[in-house]
This record gives sequence, C-alpha cells and structure tokens, in this order.
Amino acid sequence: MSNQHTTPRMLPLLVSGSLILAVTVLASLLLGAGEISPARAWAALWGYGSDEALFVLYELRGPRTLIGALVGVALGCAGALMQAVSRNPLAEPGLLGVSAGSSFAVALALVLGASISTLTVFVAQAGALVGCALVMTAARLNGLGHNPVRLILAGATLTSLLMALTSLLLMFDQRSADEIRFWVIGSVAGRDMSQAIQVLPFIGVALGLLAFIARPLAALALGESVARGLGEKPARIRLISVLVVALLVGSATAIAGPIAFLGLVVPYIARHFTGPDIRRTLWLSAVIGPILLIAADTCSRLLAAPAEMPLGVMTALLGAPVLIVMIRARRMPLL
Amino acid sequence: MNAKSTPIFTDQAVSLAAQALKVTRGHNTVIEALSLPLTPGAVTAIVGPNGCGKSTLLNTLARILAPEQGQVILNGRDIQQLPSRTVAQQLALLPQDTHAPEGMTVEDLVRFGRQPHQGLFQQWSPEDQAAVQAALSAADLLPLRYAPLDQLSGGQRQRAWIAMTIAQSTPLLLLDEPTSALDLGHQIEVFELIRRLASQGRTVAMVVHDLLSACRYADQLVAMVAGEVIAHGPPSEILTPELVFQLYRVHCDIIEDPFSGSPMLANVRRA
Repeated sequence: MSNQHTTPRMLPLLVSGSLILAVTVLASLLLGAGEISPARAWAALWGYGSDEALFVLYELRGPRTLIGALVGVALGCAGALMQAVSRNPLAEPGLLGVSAGSSFAVALALVLGASISTLTVFVAQAGALVGCALVMTAARLNGLGHNPVRLILAGATLTSLLMALTSLLLMFDQRSADEIRFWVIGSVAGRDMSQAIQVLPFIGVALGLLAFIARPLAALALGESVARGLGEKPARIRLISVLVVALLVGSATAIAGPIAFLGLVVPYIARHFTGPDIRRTLWLSAVIGPILLIAADTCSRLLAAPAEMPLGVMTALLGAPVLIVMIRARRMPLL
Repeated sequence: MNAKSTPIFTDQAVSLAAQALKVTRGHNTVIEALSLPLTPGAVTAIVGPNGCGKSTLLNTLARILAPEQGQVILNGRDIQQLPSRTVAQQLALLPQDTHAPEGMTVEDLVRFGRQPHQGLFQQWSPEDQAAVQAALSAADLLPLRYAPLDQLSGGQRQRAWIAMTIAQSTPLLLLDEPTSALDLGHQIEVFELIRRLASQGRTVAMVVHDLLSACRYADQLVAMVAGEVIAHGPPSEILTPELVFQLYRVHCDIIEDPFSGSPMLANVRRA
C-alpha cells in the first residue's frame, strides 16, 4: 500500500506504536509484585544477578510478556476483523460469546477426559468457530446489525448461557474444575510456553489469510452490492473472516483463557487514528493489542501487590467504561 | 494501456443485452420474458411505476442477481459465466442507498474503483493514480478530494460515488436511481455529470424515478410495467399520453420543452 496519501499517515503511527510497545514490554519485564526490584531486573536482563532474579525474568516475566504480546495481536486483529465484517463497532469476540464458546468447548473436552495440555488448542478453536458462526448469523439478522442494545443483549445472552453450561460441567467434575477454574479467568501468568509455541502456526496462518482478504474486506465496508460491483465475492470473504477470527480467538483463548473487551477497545482506538479503512485499522490493531494487554497485565501485578489481580478482571475494569461510552454515544459510527 | 494517456477506459466496442430474462425474488416473478439491448454510447433511462422491476432489471444486468431463465449477454458471452473481476472491468454499478463508513474521504472512496484492476499483492500503480485523478476531475471533486464524505452535500456525495465508478474505467455504467434523494439543483448536477460521461463514449443505463428528468437527460427511454418492457426508444418518439397512462394511471398532455426540445408532461390529472 505505497502511495502518497496513506503512507505518510501510517508510517509514523506504526513507528510510534512500536516505540510505545517497546516501552511497555520493558515495563512488563522490570516491574512486578515480587521481591525483584526494577534495578535487579534490569541487571538480570543483561545476564547479571542472583539465580532468583534470572528465574523471575526469564522463566516468569519473559514468557508472560511474550504470551501477552501474542494474545494481544490475536485479539486486537480478531476484534478489528469481526467489527469490519459485521459492519458493527460493537461486534467483539469476547463480548459476543466467541471466547465463551471457546472456553465451554475446552471445559467439555476436559470433562470428557482430555488433559489440558494436549487437546486445548484444537478444541478451543472449534469452540470459537461455532461461537463465531452463531454470532455472525445473529449480527446479520435484520434489525440486529445496527441496533447496539440488541446486539449486546444477544451477545450477553449467549455468553451467560455458555458460562452457565461451563459451570454446570465443572460442578460434576472436581478434577477439571480445579484445572480449569484458574484458566477460565483470563490470565497470561503461569501459562505454558509450549502451548504458545503450539498456537504460533495457527496465528501465522490467520495473519496470512488476513493479508489476503484485507482489500476485499475494505470494499465490503461500502455495502454488499458495491463490493460485488467491484468484483469481490462477499460470501467467500465472510467465510474466510469467520475462519480467521476463530483461529485467532481460539489461539488466544487456548493460551490465556477468555479475555474480555480487548477486541472491542483495540480497534476502537485504532480507528480513531486511522479512519475506517480496515487495511489500516488492522495493522495498527496488531500493535495496540499487545500494548494494551501487556500494560493491563503489568498493572494487574502492581495494583493489588503483593497479590495479583487476574488479567480478565483488569481488562473488564478498563473496557467496561469504554463500552458504556460507545453505547451512550448518540449515534453508532457506521462501519 | 499507456500510462501517459488519461485512462478513462479501454477503447473497445462493448455490448450488454438482456435476453428473455425471467427473474424471481422469493416466490414472486418480478421480470418475465424480458429482452433489452442497450444502445452503445447512449444514456438509457429505465422508468416505470414503483415495483415494476426496474431495479431488479438493473441488478440482473449488473450480475448482482442471477436470472432464473434467459441470459444477460456481455460482449457476446453469458455474464453469469464470466469471472466477477472480468465483469467489474467492463461494467461499473452504483447501487441505490449507498453508505460509506464514517470518516471516509472522497479520494479514499474513489480509490476503491481501482480494485478490479489490482492484483492480489499488486501495489498502487501510477495508472491507478491517474485514473483516480481523472475521475475526481471529471466529477469536479478535485478541491474536495480530502473532505470526509459525511461533510458533503447530497449532490457532492453522489458525485463522489459516481467518481468511484468512473475510476473503475469501465465502458459500461449502471446507476440505480442516482438522484433519488437529491433536491432539484443537486439532481441537475448529477445528471449533467452523467451526460458528460456519455459524451466521452460510455454506455450508461440508469433507473430514474422522475419521468421528466428521464426524458430530458436520456437518449433512450425504457418504459416498464409489471416486469415487462412496454416501450423502448428515444423519449421524443415514444412518449405519448397513452404511454404515460399505461405507466402511471394518470392523464396528461405532452408538450415540447421550448429550450431543450425534450418532451414534457402538462396538465397532469388523475384518471
């Protein structure tokens, strides 16, 4: 997308975004609830310091930050994509039950005897796919598309239904309950790095597909007939989009559990800088996503120190006001 | 194509015709046994009462709807058999009731017109830029190119949408009620732009709600009632009080506009 018109606006945005991301990553590595002071962590970063400091930095905070970045990219892009394809700025995977669908699928698999480390990734993705298909159908039903309250109600209904079903499953199975309780509250702390590596190919495929559908998707924002008049195939674009959202949300949920609001807030901020074109919103969302997630995770360690507030709680605290502001805005921005 | 010449569109003969179309929507047959060749290089206006199938016809011609029977023939081939990109390089469509995302600028919109000409990973080419420039200039929008669409007047906004179809550089242009939401001044602004496009050799077909404007700005009038074409020809030749009665169930006299020479309705009264 090199041209005199978008490049000058995109490049500084991406550069400043990357700088902020670098600072956030550094803060996440240096700050924490434990005994390791920022100065000791800084030294450990360069390989000096006690075994304890090295352990905290390389075994705890490092993986945690990496996973945070991965989840942030996945949820940021998934949110932007989902809002674009449903042409509704409130269509967010977490808000509309896609993450909940993913969690439910994992809980079901656990109850049926799977161990959390083996099946999670695929199961979470299948759950996200079904949840996503449900939501897309709902979002395109007449009257729901541009009626924020009804869309949120539909999403809330689906989410609470799935969460109730998940609780029901766990009630019958104590082993799974212990294993999953911690996972159902989204968090990037203490997650398994090997799972993050397992989902990397999925996220890679999803981002590759994204590059492929970005331009047709942008045309879809002008309406079905206009997009078809420009030679695009809306049905195929939607299908690929659902697949990409499922891959991204499934991956994120598999490694970090359901994390609310991130997919809503990230594209909302990105659009503020880039305007409505999904080709620009997506790239900026991929930078803002990890910034917000890592920042929220770092805050969650500091606010209740020495205890930690779960990340899911943190993003909800930050995201809920934004959602209320968006719904209270006199008019929904038309996508 | 030579990048130096203004790439309005490839200079080739183009033909679009409907052959024995039957189009249904749901359980209703909207169009039955309709045949219509478009006159190349002319502006054709499709008129008729509400619900007569004019928009359905236009959308079928544009390959948005598939006919149940019959064919739309683009340059000698069934349009349904052609790849959608090939069609989009020959034929541009402006649907009714368009909405652009909030904050989109005029130039952003017009650039979409180049999509059918871009490959998957192809960069924005000087040719694309030239086509956008030419489209903006044709629609008199150069001073407004960076303005957000939601801050324009209705006429300016509609010209921006038409500019998008101009940038598509197609010899055929299909417009569905391009002036329906506009006041008189803005209507004329848009119709004059359409006339200029035709004078450059484009073939234009448009659905027009207002019979007077259709007679004034179209070379060919297609009168439809209940999914059938009941008259087709130059307005001055086919417009009669009988035709108006068949179309709209009103009586009237036909007089000649003393300035443009086009036929006008006078003394319109209820049947």
